[in-house]
Amino acid sequence: MSQSRVVFRGMFLPYLLLLPQISVTIIFFLWPSYQALEQSFFLEDAFGFSREFVAFDNYAALFRDEGYLRSFGTTIWFGFSVTFLSMSMALLLAVCANRTVRMATGYRTLVIWPYAVAPAIAGVIWFFLMNPSLGIVAYWLKAMGVDWNHYMSGDQAFAMVVVAASWKQISYNFLFFFAGLQSIPKSLLEAAALDGAGPIRRFWTISFPLLSPTTFFLLVVNLVYAFFDTFSIIHATTSGGPVDATSILVYRVYNTGFIGQDYGGSAAQSVILMVLVIVMTAIQFRYVEKKVVYS
Amino acid sequence: MIDRRPLLDIITHLVLIIGVIAVCFPLWMTLVASTHAPEALSSGRIPLWFGDRAWENFSDLLAKGLPEAGGTPVGLMMINSLIMALGITIGKLAVSIIAAFAIVFFKFPFRPLFFWMIFITLMLPVEVRILPTFDVVTKLGMLNSYVGLCIPLVASATATFLFRQFYLTIPAELVEAARMDQAGPLRFLKDIVLPLSRTNIAALFIILFIYGWNQYLWPLLVTTDPTYTTVVMGIQRMVNAGESLPVWNYIMGTATLALLPPVLVVIFMQKIFVKGLVDSEK
Repeated sequence: MSQSRVVFRGMFLPYLLLLPQISVTIIFFLWPSYQALEQSFFLEDAFGFSREFVAFDNYAALFRDEGYLRSFGTTIWFGFSVTFLSMSMALLLAVCANRTVRMATGYRTLVIWPYAVAPAIAGVIWFFLMNPSLGIVAYWLKAMGVDWNHYMSGDQAFAMVVVAASWKQISYNFLFFFAGLQSIPKSLLEAAALDGAGPIRRFWTISFPLLSPTTFFLLVVNLVYAFFDTFSIIHATTSGGPVDATSILVYRVYNTGFIGQDYGGSAAQSVILMVLVIVMTAIQFRYVEKKVVYS
Repeated sequence: MIDRRPLLDIITHLVLIIGVIAVCFPLWMTLVASTHAPEALSSGRIPLWFGDRAWENFSDLLAKGLPEAGGTPVGLMMINSLIMALGITIGKLAVSIIAAFAIVFFKFPFRPLFFWMIFITLMLPVEVRILPTFDVVTKLGMLNSYVGLCIPLVASATATFLFRQFYLTIPAELVEAARMDQAGPLRFLKDIVLPLSRTNIAALFIILFIYGWNQYLWPLLVTTDPTYTTVVMGIQRMVNAGESLPVWNYIMGTATLALLPPVLVVIFMQKIFVKGLVDSEK
């Protein structure tokens, strides 16, 4: 925070102005998070009458639970699949749109609108398109010899939620890649062209390295999106099934707490997720600080 | 264009056209399915062009909803979604504008502490603290109310940072001039800071409106009374409506209604939306 600013004096006013933000933060963010932390060290009976301090037992139980460990693996696999798929598609489209001179905005409009579609709605739409009996994508897949039924096959259900989650995210990545490509100085590319570098060579030796801050930023944002914002895709379509195949961590927290009523276990899962978000946000901000310094 | 390569140009456009088709195709199928009778969708031949049932499907949905899924009219769900989206958007903007104002233009004890408290909300999304937050809302008696849908979501680190960033670019001379003219801080906020932040507010409004409209988990938790169902969350009940098979023409109709408002906002305010998105991620 800069020190040399001219500032107003006031005893109560600044606190008054901060009051709404801070009270919402304390009541609905900090207090519940503290509760989760506390709860995770206790074992509560099913009716909530008594509880017993069990230290790290809830955590130990989680890491002994095969289902939880599988969810961990599913989440990571899911996160990287979504990130890779949506980022590579978006980069390809952004590079092409950047090559066109007049049509770029037209293409942009047609690519960015899915940003506004709720993940839940994206999930439901793909659930319909891939419905084994009346979905057109399922029909094509069957024509290609794939025995498609995501109600039965865990792998196929997983593929379906990956596609739905990636489809929605392409537009976001496209916007940032496109902006990044537009800001690359033309003179650099022209110089390379004069030296005889073809378009593909120019992309890999100039554009791609210069895009790396954008790429890294998007990598973190996409992972956060895939880990936390995709709850609704899962909940609205597969409900974590079949047999846990699409039960990512955020879905499991909800399931353990609301359906399974295991409060200690759910709280311990919450705390683990919080640590995960904190680490990812820290990485993102460290990077942002660097960008500010260099530019 | 740096060098002329006609073949590459053709490939470029080809890739773009295929990409655009792939991105837009799901929307096309959604619109098409929402205009057919249920039998047309399950007859084995998947329709690729519009049917003749658009009017019946949409008027049924808006006025009556889906009986198998509780029968809440989708029209009511849309109104609920609108109230929630506007409540969250206006709430977030109002709260962040004044909080950032206090942090930038005042010097007072514990300022960094407040700053960090706001920052930390970034790290605590609802998804990771579902149960305890639900408990708090229950204890405050905020279940099944618009207040419960909006208020817990109005704290916004992103918006506060964005406004802080912008306020820091307001020249110190302006503040000094205002003080020389004996304008108090609130006058300064109203007459100088707010008019200057107009474009920022507009850009952020779009981003936050989409965020608010698309809320899913939160309404799922705090509304059990179907008269408070929002459309993005309500669609899930239609998909998983127990034993009866999903009525896809109605579900796709609901999906259309649920995605139309935010998508139209993005398309018609594209320029300002792009600015808002890029700014708010800095």
